[in-house]
Amino acid sequence: MSASTDSLNSRRRPRAFAPWLFLAPGMAMFLFYVIIPIFQSLWVSFYDWDGLSDAKWIGIANYLELLDDDAFYTSLKNNIIWLVLYMLSVPAGLMIALFLNQTVRGIRIYKSLFFFPFVISQVVVGLIFSWFYAPGFGLLYKLIELVTGQGVAILADENLVTYGIIAAGLWPQIAYCMILYLTGLNAVASDQIEAARLDGAKGWRMLWYVVIPQLRPATFIAIVVTVIGALRSFDLVSIMTSGGPFGSSRVLSYFMYEQALSEYGYRMGYGAAIAVVLFAIMIIFISGFIWKMWRDEKGVR
Amino acid sequence: MFPRPIQSMSPASKVAYKIALPVMLVLWLLPLLGVAMTSIRPSGDLAAGNYFGIPSRLAFDNYLTVFRNTDLERYLLNSFKVTIPTVIGAVGLSCLTGFALAIYKFKSNLILFFIFVAGNFVPSQILMVPVRDLTVSMGMYNTTMGLALFHIAFQTGFCTLFMRNFIKALPFELVEAARVEGVSEWQIFRHVVMPLMRPAIAALSVLVFTFIWNDFFWAMVLTTGAATQPITAGLNSLNGQWIAAWHLVSAGSILAALPPVLMFFLMQRHFIAGLTLGAVK
Repeated sequence: MSASTDSLNSRRRPRAFAPWLFLAPGMAMFLFYVIIPIFQSLWVSFYDWDGLSDAKWIGIANYLELLDDDAFYTSLKNNIIWLVLYMLSVPAGLMIALFLNQTVRGIRIYKSLFFFPFVISQVVVGLIFSWFYAPGFGLLYKLIELVTGQGVAILADENLVTYGIIAAGLWPQIAYCMILYLTGLNAVASDQIEAARLDGAKGWRMLWYVVIPQLRPATFIAIVVTVIGALRSFDLVSIMTSGGPFGSSRVLSYFMYEQALSEYGYRMGYGAAIAVVLFAIMIIFISGFIWKMWRDEKGVR
Repeated sequence: MFPRPIQSMSPASKVAYKIALPVMLVLWLLPLLGVAMTSIRPSGDLAAGNYFGIPSRLAFDNYLTVFRNTDLERYLLNSFKVTIPTVIGAVGLSCLTGFALAIYKFKSNLILFFIFVAGNFVPSQILMVPVRDLTVSMGMYNTTMGLALFHIAFQTGFCTLFMRNFIKALPFELVEAARVEGVSEWQIFRHVVMPLMRPAIAALSVLVFTFIWNDFFWAMVLTTGAATQPITAGLNSLNGQWIAAWHLVSAGSILAALPPVLMFFLMQRHFIAGLTLGAVK
């Protein structure tokens, strides 16, 4: 910040200057690649620009166009479905964690193997589920055929496709929540559990009134990563359907990429406007998280 | 302990639990097991409609075919060329930033810290156009280094959060004692704090390795073609070429998943410690 005055004082107050030296390289990188680009995107969203020729200032025309774009509403609607259904991974992760929170032989291996889906890249998860759903020979397709006599091509059905992709996304996300809760359960105070048990608490009541309150830090992180994960969904949509059929599985992140960098044309300004909308939605959640973390930090002091 | 230890329950529930464990696991990993099976199934079986039966033979040659007929080797190499510099860069930078934010008290400390934290949650799309532009203007578009540089910068956010909290939990008296002895700030960082940061460095390294290895979006934005693209983007384009050649798609997927999976099993304790940071208070 005020590097010149600091360096004058540096011999007298070495400690006032030192943190900035440690911070400089990381801050510079973060500034150039993360902070400044956010504002640049905001700026670009007011231009008509193909990425090569001169950009033309068009004010809020990109945003006005979004309001009339059916693809935008499809994406927005799908993002909301993602967000709501993705939240299932929090209770589902807790259930699996409770199931695995035992000390029998080999349980460690079981825990690792249940966690497995999270370690694999989403591209691979997408391919695995594409195969799982594949019409004619996919495992799930065959199972449905066996039960109902009629297979369903989930990824080719406009009404089912988003749910099919979300199911693929839930698989690693549940694993993530599970591992957070397993760690949380390790730290649950056993004397409180025993005391509650003596008072006759058990089963759901015990879970709800004694265990879950103690798992609050794990729940907070699980919700944060799940919200962020749901709004960031790009890989699965891209791999499994490329937004199809007929654009019905688009989400904002994919719609943005499609407009700015694909065969649909290089509409950087329009893409940036979509990104700004996505960012605005995320800001609501991010500021909530930051506010809570900020309060905790202040509380520590 | 919750739920009640299975040992204290009736013999019947003990047996039920012992049976439920493997059954649940197989159901949970069913899609993955299916793909693993398909990857060693000869193409003849698939053509004959034998999708789930016993493979007529174990066709490990699918893996050889994938290597021989595609640029998979190249893609895997590119992934390492992006991932390894990113791990070194992001972990290195965040040792410095984390140290600064944890040890020194100055006015903008908490604000800077939260800028790093918030930046880490930002959607990639809001950075896409300017970062692509920046990379092009530096002459690094379509290079593994250009991709790695962005990853280093972005991961510094998460890594700083992690390192700062880790160093904050170390006993501050160590630093004070060294200062009384007249040790310089750099020496304190290098010889007092750094040696204690080994577990944090290990945990972050495996996490960043996995995140970057699995990145797909930025690979698509900043690279194009087999000469520079990492394995995630490579699989995407191979998938386009291999329509209906599921034995090859499966073999390629398994190969792409292998490095992070190995990393996870070798460094499991660190991996989980890193991922669950903050899940307990």
